[in-house]
Amino acid sequence: MKAAAFNYARAASVDEAVQMLVRGGGGAKLLAGGQSLLPALNLRLMSLDLLVDITGIAALRGIRVEGGTLKIGAMTRHADLLTSPEIAAHAPLLAKAIAHVAHPAIRNRGTIGGNLAHADPASELPACMLALGATLVIQGPSGQRRVQAADFFLGLYQTALAPDEILIAIELPALASGERAFFHEYARRMGDYAIVGLAAQGKPAGDRIDALRLVYFGVGERAGSCPAAARILQQRHSPAILAEAQAALAADLQPQNDHQASAAMRLHLARTLLARCVNELLGRAEASA
Amino acid sequence: MPEETSHIPPAAAAFPPVSRREVLQATAGAVALAALPGGAADSAAAAEAGAAAGHSLRITVNGHAHELAIDPRQSILDVLRERLNLTGTKKGCNQGACGACTILLNGQRVNACLTLAAMHDGAEITTIEGVAQGEALHPLQAAFIEHDGFQCGYCTGGQIMSGLGCIAEGHAGSPAEIKAWMSGNICRCGAYPGIVAAIAQANKAVRS
Ligand SMILES: Cc1cc2nc3c(=O)[nH]c(=O)nc-3n(C[C@H](O)[C@H](O)[C@H](O)COP(=O)(O)OP(=O)(O)OC[C@H]3O[C@@H](n4cnc5c(N)ncnc54)[C@H](O)[C@@H]3O)c2cc1C
Ligand code: FES
Ligand code: FES
Repeated sequence: MKAAAFNYARAASVDEAVQMLVRGGGGAKLLAGGQSLLPALNLRLMSLDLLVDITGIAALRGIRVEGGTLKIGAMTRHADLLTSPEIAAHAPLLAKAIAHVAHPAIRNRGTIGGNLAHADPASELPACMLALGATLVIQGPSGQRRVQAADFFLGLYQTALAPDEILIAIELPALASGERAFFHEYARRMGDYAIVGLAAQGKPAGDRIDALRLVYFGVGERAGSCPAAARILQQRHSPAILAEAQAALAADLQPQNDHQASAAMRLHLARTLLARCVNELLGRAEASA
Repeated sequence: MPEETSHIPPAAAAFPPVSRREVLQATAGAVALAALPGGAADSAAAAEAGAAAGHSLRITVNGHAHELAIDPRQSILDVLRERLNLTGTKKGCNQGACGACTILLNGQRVNACLTLAAMHDGAEITTIEGVAQGEALHPLQAAFIEHDGFQCGYCTGGQIMSGLGCIAEGHAGSPAEIKAWMSGNICRCGAYPGIVAAIAQANKAVRS
């Protein structure tokens, strides 16, 4: 099967790309790495009139540190995030996560902006954005706006982006001193989308973890934080507290049944991940879950 | 070997002069334009359609320069197989899941099925047909034979191109590292032990 016919145009600047989207009136879509869009087109799950290629816009690529903020251009490729010393130093959560995003050949093309705009609920990167408190910088016909990650991911493949808007950059607060990151996922195979995964960051202090943010992915219609479990884990660590937090995940998460796993299995895996996370952040040997 | 091509009209290499595909494309385009709101959108889309139709592409494949007119939806995989008759690059899934279409694009491994040709004017491409030096096999090709790195051979071109990328990136230091960094290439015959052994051996040969 081949994609249904479409036209193709290269945008030289963000402004030009926005104009093309506006004129396309919903029939035009941005083409970044193509690693989610082209499978959908090839399988005719989707058709459109015009692809606006934004890979030539140099201003959308690159990683910079400004003050305490890490700025990542939306067209920065997964492979570049993986090898970036800035990401490793200031956003270790993202560095750990990106190794699990797809396979090497796909990481050579796929971009962080395309990944976040695609908003797959099993993707590692939206979860990292939530756990890190990212700000997404968006440009549209009426200028730029900034959206918090918590307001950006709306549901299954749904974001706050309008059809004529472009995600241009991601801003992350750099890792503060004393903060530690945890990332792990269960997938059938290295590089597959997760069955269940957990991105977390917090500040271990003795046997407590301050400012803990827990975000699960692969569970429910979008990556989701776990306020109930995180609140319980503010207390001094003990096996009883961990068990209470694990039980509270039932309220925080809405696991789905699908071909990969049942809802009960997902909840079980989520609880196992929570134990791993708490033990790792506290620097303890893995205790039984 | 493919002919040195110059200004091949769209689809002429693989399709009759007026193909069913072009008729479908024209019809689909008309429907799409009719669906757009407002006259301004119509003319804008029509202008862009004009710019895109008969998109011209210059690429160098295995050292040979080609200039072709392409349909914007043609992937590099389709151009290789259907226009240049380089069929060593396989279409297993056409959705990025199998790795049988792996090529080197400007030195980096990519899935040719997920890469539009129109995006890569001026690109340098290496396919499995360009790996040997005449009759002399590349050390990785020789190692695949020595270690039985295949059975039916369907995935092998992609495995070798991906293996070349894996070695060039410095990700072939141990069997575990090779397995992790070859994750995108599936072998339905299950020749994985041989594939890993072949890449490990070629990595040593290339680095010594
Ligand atoms: C076999 C396979 C396995 C994969 N496994 C994983 C995995 O485990 N985890 C994971 O996270 N991902 C995975 N992916 C997806 C991969 O990470 C993609 O690269 C990513 O989801 C999309 O990025 P892209 O740059 O390729 O975007 P594209 O495919 O080009 O675009 C995706 C969507 O986003 C829109 N878009 C792109 N850029 C922008 C922008 N700057 N602003 C607004 N909208 C934009 C496009 O219009 C399109 O709708 C996998 C893909 C494949 C083929
Ligand atoms: S054909 Fe390209 S990955 Fe399967
Ligand atoms: S050798 Fe048959 S698919 Fe790999």
